[in-house]
Amino acid sequence: MATSTSLRNKVAIVGVGESDIGKVPNQTGLGLNVQAARRAIVDAGLKPSDIDGLLTAYSYVEPYQMLGSALCEYTGIRPRMAASMVVGGASPGVMLHHAATSIAMGLAETVLVCAGENRATGLGREGSIAMLTNQGHPQFERPFGGSIPAGYAMVARRYMHEFGITREQLAAVAVNTRAHALLKPNAQMKTPLTIEDVLASKPIADPLRMLDCCIISDAAGAFIVTSAERAQDLKHKPAYLLGIGEMHTHEHIMCAPSFTHFGAAESGRMAFEMAGVGPKDMDLAQLYDCFTIVPIIELEELGFVEQGAGGQFFLDGHARIGGKLPINTHGGMLSQAHAGAAGALLGIVESVRQLRGTEGARQVKDARLALVHNEGGILSSHCTMIFSNQKG
Amino acid sequence: MKHFMPRNGCPNCWSEDLEWVDASGRGTVHTFSIVHRAPLPEFAADAPYVVAMVDLEEGPRMYTNIVGEAALDVAIGDKVQVRFQDRGEGTVVPQFTRVRG
Repeated sequence: MATSTSLRNKVAIVGVGESDIGKVPNQTGLGLNVQAARRAIVDAGLKPSDIDGLLTAYSYVEPYQMLGSALCEYTGIRPRMAASMVVGGASPGVMLHHAATSIAMGLAETVLVCAGENRATGLGREGSIAMLTNQGHPQFERPFGGSIPAGYAMVARRYMHEFGITREQLAAVAVNTRAHALLKPNAQMKTPLTIEDVLASKPIADPLRMLDCCIISDAAGAFIVTSAERAQDLKHKPAYLLGIGEMHTHEHIMCAPSFTHFGAAESGRMAFEMAGVGPKDMDLAQLYDCFTIVPIIELEELGFVEQGAGGQFFLDGHARIGGKLPINTHGGMLSQAHAGAAGALLGIVESVRQLRGTEGARQVKDARLALVHNEGGILSSHCTMIFSNQKG
Repeated sequence: MKHFMPRNGCPNCWSEDLEWVDASGRGTVHTFSIVHRAPLPEFAADAPYVVAMVDLEEGPRMYTNIVGEAALDVAIGDKVQVRFQDRGEGTVVPQFTRVRG
């Protein structure tokens, strides 16, 4: 198979924005996207008329037929390239991949990427859970009363069986991100958390308990991608894209090729190869964390630690800011926000800010290289990205 | 090569020359979860209940429930046997029970 043309050093993220997060009843989902987009454009020092490409994901709360076009209508932006991409939680990375390719090929010069929904206000807890449950296969999954947590719980159960991952190690992932969310002003969860709290929270789908599960938010995020040349003239230190890779294997967990090996290993390998760096070079990582088992699997698949060692890495505190590899420094989807594709996108926003060095109490010292991993479905679609504040 | 769920072609070799094969109904639990928080109201009365991935003797893997005696004591590697739950209006759902010994 032909290898893709390298995108290393071709583009950079030059502006980032977050909407208000938590319960934001005065905004529609579309409005949250526009709020984040406006903040990203201002952050970049650009004008709306500079945007000539627009990519967005999807909304289950407000199911526009053409969400990208709806955003053009709402904002008055008139891009020459626009689309709505539906790859679950992998959408932000996949959108960046398409934005970068489009810029490299001259389809657009400056692309706005945004995603988010008002799930907390628009659907609420019961509505969100029911909506996600209905993503299961209608004939071969849904009749059995499974849920998204149950799907991930079955992965966790097999992983614990094969590699000896413990309940305490899972809980340590939630505790780690909560400690970081306490340092992040725009985060939903603001009470300290202990391993005992996670273990005592109510059971959802064994072995996962409530505090092993992501939160439900109103939230959106946005970033601006442009060519590396143009990036040099803008307001902030650019976050250059050094490497990116995708791998897609299934939609339904029933059809996953394995319950212990997923597409992250391959998407990571491609991203590292393009970037010309390896796991040991990374200063921080934002790993998709819809459930506590997931960052453990990703840490291992991406080659940071041996398979089976990811849980202990979190329990030993190595993922804390100041540790060996700070992970989910913004609080992730377990503690900052989760609303559709916004959850993963906010990890990209955080990485860009960390690489600028502007994050105060949350700042990873001398951060130069950041990895972001997005994942959609139930470990179905994967996208790994590597960013740096210097060309690679 | 056997596959499940049913498709109009083989996902391994892309052959369209397919035939239905009766399964023995015997399988092994690959993994499972005990659902305490039913995601939809229609399952709430059953909670806690077991969802599982069962590897059929013939090879393919199924999403299913483990039901019947001591279902909540299920473990990975348990041998299981199919039984069918009639939900009316022509809907029959394959679920599995644990096999003793």
